[in-house]
Amino acid sequence: MREFDYRRASDVPGAVALLGAEPEAHYLGGGTNLVDLMKSGVERPALLVDVRELPLDRIEVTDDGGLHVGATVTNSDLAAHPEVRRRYPALTQAVLAGASGQLRNMATVGGNLLQRTRCAYFTDVSKPCNKRVPGSGCPAIAGEHHNHAILGASPHCVAVHPSDMGVALTAFDAVVHYVTAEGPHEVPLAEFYLPVGATPHRETALPAGALITGITLPPAPDAAASCYRKVRERASYAFAIGSVAAALDVRDGTVRAARLAFGAVASRPWRAHAAERALIGGPATAEAFAAAADAELAAAEPLPGNAYKVTLIRNLVVAVLTELAAECRRTEEATR
Amino acid sequence: MTTATTPTAPVVGAVGTAHTRVEGRDKVTGAARYAAEIPFAELAHGWLVVSTVTRGRIRSIDAAPVLAMPGVLTVLHHGNAQPLETQYTGPMGAPDPTLQIFQHDRVPHAGWPVALVVAETSEQAREAAESLVVEYDLEPHDVAFADGHPGTYVPESTPRAAAERTKGDLAAELDASAVVVDAEYTTPEEHHHPMEPHAATAYWDSGRLEVVDTNQGSIYVAQELAQLFSLDASAVRVRSEHVGGGFGAKGTRAHQVAAAMAATVLHRPVRVVLTRRQMFSLIGYRSPTAQRVRLGADADGRLRALHHQGLNQTSTVYEFVERSADVARAMYDADAHHTVNRVVRLDVPSPTYMRAPGEAPGSFALECALDELAERCGVDPIVLRARNEPAVGPVSGLPYSSRKLLDCFEVGAGRFGWAERDPRPGLRRDGRWLLGTGTAAASFPTLAGPSTAAVTAEADGTFTVRITAADVGTGARTALTLVAADALEVSPDRVTVRIGDSDFGQAMLAGGSAGTRSWSWAVTLAAHDLREQLALGGHVPPEGITARSDTTAAIGALPPRERHAYGAQFAEVAVDVTTGEVRVRRMLGVFAAGRIVNPLTARNQFVGGMIWGLSMALHEEAVRDGATGTHVAPDLAGYHVAANADVPLVEADWVDDPDDEDPVGIKGIGEVGIVGAAAAIANAVWHATGVRHRHLPIRPDRVLAPWDEALPRPSEDRD
Amino acid sequence: MAPSTAGAITLTINGEKHTLPVDNRTTLLDALRERLGLTGTKKGCDQGQCGACTVLLEGRRVVSCLQLAVAAEGREVTTIEGVADGDRLHPVQQAFLDLDGYQCGYCTPGQICSAIAAIEEHAAGWPSAVTTDVRPEAGVAPLTPEEIRERMSGNLCRCGAYVSIVQAVARAAEETAQNTSGANEMNVAGAA
Repeated sequence: MREFDYRRASDVPGAVALLGAEPEAHYLGGGTNLVDLMKSGVERPALLVDVRELPLDRIEVTDDGGLHVGATVTNSDLAAHPEVRRRYPALTQAVLAGASGQLRNMATVGGNLLQRTRCAYFTDVSKPCNKRVPGSGCPAIAGEHHNHAILGASPHCVAVHPSDMGVALTAFDAVVHYVTAEGPHEVPLAEFYLPVGATPHRETALPAGALITGITLPPAPDAAASCYRKVRERASYAFAIGSVAAALDVRDGTVRAARLAFGAVASRPWRAHAAERALIGGPATAEAFAAAADAELAAAEPLPGNAYKVTLIRNLVVAVLTELAAECRRTEEATR
Repeated sequence: MTTATTPTAPVVGAVGTAHTRVEGRDKVTGAARYAAEIPFAELAHGWLVVSTVTRGRIRSIDAAPVLAMPGVLTVLHHGNAQPLETQYTGPMGAPDPTLQIFQHDRVPHAGWPVALVVAETSEQAREAAESLVVEYDLEPHDVAFADGHPGTYVPESTPRAAAERTKGDLAAELDASAVVVDAEYTTPEEHHHPMEPHAATAYWDSGRLEVVDTNQGSIYVAQELAQLFSLDASAVRVRSEHVGGGFGAKGTRAHQVAAAMAATVLHRPVRVVLTRRQMFSLIGYRSPTAQRVRLGADADGRLRALHHQGLNQTSTVYEFVERSADVARAMYDADAHHTVNRVVRLDVPSPTYMRAPGEAPGSFALECALDELAERCGVDPIVLRARNEPAVGPVSGLPYSSRKLLDCFEVGAGRFGWAERDPRPGLRRDGRWLLGTGTAAASFPTLAGPSTAAVTAEADGTFTVRITAADVGTGARTALTLVAADALEVSPDRVTVRIGDSDFGQAMLAGGSAGTRSWSWAVTLAAHDLREQLALGGHVPPEGITARSDTTAAIGALPPRERHAYGAQFAEVAVDVTTGEVRVRRMLGVFAAGRIVNPLTARNQFVGGMIWGLSMALHEEAVRDGATGTHVAPDLAGYHVAANADVPLVEADWVDDPDDEDPVGIKGIGEVGIVGAAAAIANAVWHATGVRHRHLPIRPDRVLAPWDEALPRPSEDRD
Repeated sequence: MAPSTAGAITLTINGEKHTLPVDNRTTLLDALRERLGLTGTKKGCDQGQCGACTVLLEGRRVVSCLQLAVAAEGREVTTIEGVADGDRLHPVQQAFLDLDGYQCGYCTPGQICSAIAAIEEHAAGWPSAVTTDVRPEAGVAPLTPEEIRERMSGNLCRCGAYVSIVQAVARAAEETAQNTSGANEMNVAGAA
């Protein structure tokens, strides 16, 4: 690990100013990904600006009934917050499905959005990787890509975004707030991650030096019937090989509203717009759910080693939506 | 003053009674110090640099810029390292050249040690090591392990291990069989990954090389280092007080050699700790295997032919044979037997012994094949095994020291509820989960290694046992305390057992499930001798009275026999074929493994072995990148071992089976727990789904694959 | 502003203030082990993938291998050396000892620190990934073996002592709950 300077910021403008003064600088949140990448030599910052003491650690109900979550709120606090559990249960489930109790106590919401792929070629500095060293190649395509992308990838990179939290946030139309020297800005999470294309090293729409200050979740009355299901290669403490965040509003057997996002299938949490369009207004049946999944997965371009993910996601969509439809039916009957 | 004749109530019966670990308090309070935790003044930190290429030659090592970095003391490499002795027969036979570090410019595999950077602090050493520029001339490599590799050969047999054994006319018996199972099974590259990384601190003290280490046999490490550095055996002392797991990986490895080299150059203590990543290439591993099993049987399941062939990989510098086919030789009767272990040399690190070497992968193939035969014959899997129970060794013709396999099945079947099992697959469901149960047999050889021990009656009425044993988590320190207490007829709290110091003399290493048996034997002999001396009466002088033992003659006099521990494994699994997830719901193992010294720690160890089997069945797999020949994701996030959430209630129990040749009645329990466990789980997955999984691990994508096309499509989902 | 890549930090460890010089690269784990001689905290993987280095930071469990020491400046750390009450073992330590919740002992300090926090997290009403209904209205799910397994999954045990680890955590949690409810009753009695 390269030697580096360390500064602890006490206010947001101060943090942005500190970072702006050093071209090879990073903000340090929980450090669960950054410190690991520094140890493996993937990241070699000259300066770390510690943002953990910034006053960005609150979760508040917004005037319109949504939630604002500060960037330094830990994963644990986010998952345990009663308003999150009440309004967006799938978000709590997604956060709890990630990492371990220890890591969730350290990791922050802002850092989670910016975590890097766990593609083994990216994290091994002895190997080529277009994301780490632009133009060096993507050995995963011809090599080990068991847990790589089936959607939205490019010939330059097939890595997946590892976040669970991000999948639920994507389904709930989260908006990212950030600050630059010019002032505060916001960008919908749907536009936060850039398409891979020929520039896999450019991951987000954040301008250089920008500091994420928080996210807002718009009110989502339909989110009460929501859930997150994650499949991984051991029962806990492992990254997803496929996951689904979903919310469903079914009345009289017809889908009124649907939210659907996939994890571990693309370079970003994947909002399944085509599937949602196919679902809304249609019947709440397993056939319709499967057809909706197929509508989304029609664009899948699996590699030889990860074609199973198409089946896995399709099956997960059917299973999760079937469960949620049953929940809606029970609620409907109870209120009648 | 205490005399030898002071009356004390003789306490016999410590062996067989549950005792918490004698070092338990130290372990739960953090007071127990492991190898990298002993403080030293003037300690320097060494960091190994390993090759990033798979095969070639080192063209250059640019040490100068690194030597100029803060705190850096030296950079050792093939251009400046002291010569090591390479031609010798070590305690484990011909040495693995992997130990002969920095002797030449050749790189035979990825992760080969090419340099050691030593600095004042570990942070400085790490950054300097990672900054060291090493250039290579690349040569083409071959890391593609597969059955049918043209380099496959049958290794030379050794006096202790035949590569190939045959009996009868295999082809004729196969032809005459009503039912033939012919199946190929594979297991992947698996790694030990003790939680404590390898760590050694070396220093010179009064002309002796002292090494504070974490290992499975300090005398073995001391002897190997003495030979490598051309020192008298008495000039090397290795100590290893607490060991954070070994499983076969903690022998002599590059880190001890590197630390000793650097301590010699710098004249100060040097510590070398391996990183988790380096452990993938420097400490050995279990080779992947490709196995073929052919079973020919009469319609009722009686075996006429048993053919088991194994294939494993080894490095280009050292031959290691993973003896997968051996387990069949003493397990089941058949008119014709053919078992053979084959090897292929690839540009990979040398594999080594890993918990139940041979038996773990071998039993997966054999015990799954038995289950397939049971299905084909319409015979219950336990009945099938009983039908093929041998009276004497099927190939050796030797009598069994004891063989209580069927007792294990009987007790286990009763407790597991096997009698209520419907043998048909794919019938049981609990929500999204398909349920199934499976069974398999387990066996592991009962071995003993010559050992010496010293037992001292101290002047204060206590007793001290000294033996170069290792407690790698087995509870050996506690077991030996109980064994000594019984042999001395005193309470265990009057016995102190000191282990892990090569100065205590020759003793078996912690391996082959033979540690506690071998050491207990020596301790018992010495204790009996001491009691005889004490019985003569008189005062115990301040230095105490010491009796010594050596079991070489006793063990050498053991007649040829089939000696094994046995077990019956049971597992229940739940499989979601729509996601590919497999969850083990319960496991039960019933073992016949000699006298159980400490039921508390023994149960834990059996269960731990079974969890290794679970982890092998569902999770473990090291993957290589074909293009570079290097590992993909060599870390504990990429190499999954079972986490707590993967492990259900796992129960182990045993039947009475004291070994009549061993003074304490011990057989050995360290390895039999893993044997057959993966097969029981794979057989249960078949029972749940109707699909045979012959390739480990049983990953979600493999479970999904056969169902991919069979899943209900919208148009088929109408009725 | 000249970059400073090292400096002195103050940490409160097990109730005692320590001022120590650190390289900014030094992790809390290495500071404990290499600078302070507190070697009870173990280094298993050094990359947040095993949990052996678990300590309590401001009362919460974290992996100390990914926590830079300099970023913990001014905070309170509890390590395995600080969880017992003098000679009296913490209920979690005692349960691990009595029920053999370990084998080699190397993951044990991390398991124990993690278990202490996991029991507190559950008592505070935090759900887990196996909690069926995470909505606050559903109340706190009982600390079943399945809940313990999930909550303890950030601590790998290669020896495979998970079964007795779960039993030890369950016993300690029960004792803790009894003691807590006893204390509450006393408070109520005192108020009356």
